Amino acid sequence: MSTALLEVEDLHAWYGEAHVLHGMRFSVREGEVVTLLGRNGAGKTTTLKAILGIGPRRTGSVRFRGQELVHLPPHRIARLGIAWCPEERGIFASLNVLENLLLPPVVAEGGLSLEAIFELFPNLRERLSSQGTKLSGGEQQMLAIARILRTGARLLLLDEPTEGLAPVIVQQIGRTIEKLKRAGFTILLVEQNFRFAARVADRHYIVEHGRVVDEIASVELGPGQERLVAYLAV
Amino acid sequence: MTELLGIPAPVLFGQLLLGLINGAFYAILSLGLAVIFGLLNIINFTHGAQYMMGAFTAWMLLNWAGLGYWWALLLAPLFVGLTGILIERFLLKRLAGLDHLYGLLLTFGLALVIQGLYRNEFGSTGLPYAIPAELRGGQNLGFMFLPNYRAWVVVVSLAVCLATWLVIEKTRLGSYLRAATENPTLVQAMGIDVPRMVTLTYGFGVALAAFAGVLAAPIYQVSPLMGADLIIVVFAVVVIGGMGSILGSILTGFGLGVIEGLTKVFWPEASSTVIFVIMAIVLLLRPAGLFGRTG
Repeated sequence: MSTALLEVEDLHAWYGEAHVLHGMRFSVREGEVVTLLGRNGAGKTTTLKAILGIGPRRTGSVRFRGQELVHLPPHRIARLGIAWCPEERGIFASLNVLENLLLPPVVAEGGLSLEAIFELFPNLRERLSSQGTKLSGGEQQMLAIARILRTGARLLLLDEPTEGLAPVIVQQIGRTIEKLKRAGFTILLVEQNFRFAARVADRHYIVEHGRVVDEIASVELGPGQERLVAYLAV
Repeated sequence: MTELLGIPAPVLFGQLLLGLINGAFYAILSLGLAVIFGLLNIINFTHGAQYMMGAFTAWMLLNWAGLGYWWALLLAPLFVGLTGILIERFLLKRLAGLDHLYGLLLTFGLALVIQGLYRNEFGSTGLPYAIPAELRGGQNLGFMFLPNYRAWVVVVSLAVCLATWLVIEKTRLGSYLRAATENPTLVQAMGIDVPRMVTLTYGFGVALAAFAGVLAAPIYQVSPLMGADLIIVVFAVVVIGGMGSILGSILTGFGLGVIEGLTKVFWPEASSTVIFVIMAIVLLLRPAGLFGRTG
């Protein structure tokens, strides 16, 4: 078993006075796909932002390849090889599709070539000169994933990539994540769609009220499945 | 003498040229304001004082260091841009995330302080700055006399505006700038040092103002209040063009300069108010400005 690529320990975060994360603790090994599952407002997105150093004030420890990130500014953290695909996708309206795709600077060798990206997402090739936000929701999601594959970052933080998308697109994104895993990417996935998560991930952390309350390995499903459903039951 | 629309041609074209000259200054200054507003969300009321500093730096370089116009064109924007970088690092940075009003008060106060310091040192009467030898004289175009220096100002201003526009719209650096204008957090999370980019962008906008100041020195007198008079009109230009729009500020700058010049021919009494009348109409019909993005 490989060692942990990302280790989060006793991570607390605050938005102003609001204490949002209460000692998050989890780890992701190299080459794994790991999900943070939980209801709205459990602190999943905040956890990603706290790892990246954007937004909340934070204490505790986030280590990437053994290096402490908590005191680094966000652009330095990104340069270590951590890329983020935000929940709202973050496609820029004042940039066309190609400019959006080429925007994130290359931080390490080993990123996907444009050709490889177009193989994963053939739709994008046709739309390169369109304004970024003129794409459909699904295409914007693909673009948001595509542009972080170029950079050579090996840890991808994906925040609800399936939210609000048609089932056929969700399937395509699922296949993409499987391909990325085979290509050796490490993925930390925030999800509410547990069926999707169960299909693509190796392990799941259940997040409630800003802390990890349980860990379920995908191999445990089905016995674990009942536990999962119980946590997420609406 | 040839007449057009009942106006002697030299008068008409003379005012048109004057309009283009004023328009060139409007364009460079409002371009700098647009770049700064886009990324920093700061309405830089110090801009006029920084334009004045550019002109004074040219004057000081000439009279104290013996460095002429061409050196000033290079050094004054660098020097004044550097003071801008210090202002951003030590003052404006602290206002990030606060209401527009704080930035407005700070930059307006700074303008008053800077103008006061210069007035204390140099008095309010203007100081002369000669046209560089290479650009003296002019061309007789047949229908009018075109002074070389004025032609130079229009051409170089257009070139600077176009170059800035090209960098912002067509280069990688420009795409960082446009993206950071929309969502600085995401751009920084991609690994770009946005705080440094913000600082340099302010420095660049200020350097543009200083560049305009050097261009203006041989045309207008170098005086501590030269920017204060101009900046009010420039803000009207910015509002008409649409706050933060790059191309809008360039086109509106030149366009309104020409309109103002032509008004001087056809209705001289209205020439000092025409821009503000246009501003009022634009605000009524298109509150985001002619080229502004709504919302």
